[in-house]
Amino acid sequence: MIETRGLRKSFTSRQGREKKKIEAVRGVDLDVAEGEIFGFLGPNGAGKTTTLRMLATLIEPDGGSATIAGADLRADPGEVRRRIGYVAQGGSTWEESTAREELVLQARLYGASKSTALARAAEVLEAFQLAEYADRKCKTYSGGQRRRVDIALGIIHAPKVVFLDEPTTGLDPQSRAHMWDEVRRLRAEGMTVFITTHYLDEADALCDRVSIMDNGEIVASGTPAELKREISGDVVRVGLTAEHVGAAAQALNSYKIETYDDSVRLFVEDGAVAIPQILRALDAAEVPLGTIELHRPTLDDVFLTKTGRSLRES
Amino acid sequence: MKLLRDTSLIFQRQAQLLLRNPVWILVGVFQPVMYLLLFAPLLKPALQVSSNAEAYEIFVPGLLVLLAIFGGLFQGFGLIAELRAGVIERSRVTPVSRLALLLGRSLRDVVSLIAQAVIITLLALLFDLRVFIGNLLLAYLMLALISLMTSALSYGIALVVKSEDALAPLMNTVAQPILLLSGILLPLTFAPGWLQGIADWNPFSWAVDGTRALFRGDLGSPDVWQGLLIMAVLAAAAVAWAAREFARSVR
Ligand SMILES: Nc1ncnc2c1ncn2[C@@H]1O[C@H](COP(=O)(O)OP(=O)(O)O)[C@@H](O)[C@H]1O
Ligand SMILES: [Mg+2]
Repeated sequence: MIETRGLRKSFTSRQGREKKKIEAVRGVDLDVAEGEIFGFLGPNGAGKTTTLRMLATLIEPDGGSATIAGADLRADPGEVRRRIGYVAQGGSTWEESTAREELVLQARLYGASKSTALARAAEVLEAFQLAEYADRKCKTYSGGQRRRVDIALGIIHAPKVVFLDEPTTGLDPQSRAHMWDEVRRLRAEGMTVFITTHYLDEADALCDRVSIMDNGEIVASGTPAELKREISGDVVRVGLTAEHVGAAAQALNSYKIETYDDSVRLFVEDGAVAIPQILRALDAAEVPLGTIELHRPTLDDVFLTKTGRSLRES
Repeated sequence: MKLLRDTSLIFQRQAQLLLRNPVWILVGVFQPVMYLLLFAPLLKPALQVSSNAEAYEIFVPGLLVLLAIFGGLFQGFGLIAELRAGVIERSRVTPVSRLALLLGRSLRDVVSLIAQAVIITLLALLFDLRVFIGNLLLAYLMLALISLMTSALSYGIALVVKSEDALAPLMNTVAQPILLLSGILLPLTFAPGWLQGIADWNPFSWAVDGTRALFRGDLGSPDVWQGLLIMAVLAAAAVAWAAREFARSVR
């Protein structure tokens, strides 16, 4: 449904007199199948939005190619626009308009007649449980309601593919869960959903397949289960008081280790074998132990092994 | 036809939002009316003319051109608010004509300017201003072209600078010399030669001269067609440029 090869984009930003070149996206290859919820996971500044804006025809790529829903991005952006929906990260409603007005206008911009647009707006308002507020000005909506209007605007023309840029960022847990349901419903209606997020649990729970992006490049792709399986073994997390982190890292330097403010994380072959060894090593170094826990790798561990940083920190 | 349809969609939306906000009517009409009332007693002696009617023939066209210029130039602020709200980006992912995104907005500005101009003209009639309807309509055409040009220019600049903080000083820098050097409020007849020489290079000075000729009833004056032509060419150029900015604007 979406295929990109070597998609690139750089910006020049001016800092005083100096011009700096930022390579926001450095050669992205993606293959998204029809009917998938595809996740783009990465920290802020990774280049997720820039990639999405290229695919949505909002900015022109510097290089590379892409086919979206059968239309060529470079050769026929107009056709791409007709086949996709795009929901920007920062929202898209005008405070003084009502949701219904916005939806009708959007449908008409996609070419619908007035009566079709009205009918379609009513349908979408119902589906997103917005009917109750439909004729109130957008400035009176809660964050979650506004976000639902944004998504309704993005799919008003029943596109084949919809791009959602961080649809749950800034939402409370309940609205987030609600949004996940909406995304699954869109997929059930036959849409391919391309979603970006910097939440690990979201990528894990919601997405069929994930690409992890960092610094303009894709560092790993696959189903969440596949990605986690790539990290062989287990993760052991040792909780300590802050002043002992250095000593613990020293004592455990034979392991693949990552240090934090009040803990260290170790990547080991087999947790059951490693834990007694770890305990002995800490004991020998006279490091008092806070907690010790063993867990299967998460997507954060995947990110960590690929980039050397934790997604939670960046 | 798609262009017409898209333009009218954007126009309707913008007009609807404008009408919903009554502050506009207050500022847009009240302020020029105050100008008319406050300047009225000063006009006759200052312009050294014999009647109120003659004074208004000079002052009213200047005031209208001034409104057209400033009304247009400050429309960019509204667009920056729309950019920030994500409304422009949302429009740009649809297949809507990029020229329509500009024209729909600019035409709204033209229509609201003409509405203001009609109110002011009617009021000036109370002060003994007399002008032929045909000439008046041509004068309105001139105003429409001016406002089309300045609003398109303002939208284009807004898309380039993307922030109020940059737009405000820029617009003031553009507007001040235009205002001072066009003889808009008072004609430059009495100005020294060098000042008139500079004014010749100010396109709005031509527009004002043309509009004054129309209010005088001097349809045959070359000022009329010269002013209209200059404004038409500049308006077309501004529209073409600003529409391109709508097509490629980044964020
Ligand atoms: N219009 C722009 N001009 C200059 N730099 C930009 C622009 N848009 C994005 N960038 C830069 O490109 C990089 C990637 O940004 P973005 O795609 O927004 O990342 P993400 O969505 O993953 O947080 C960042 O360093 C950002 O500052
Ligand atoms: Mg982003």
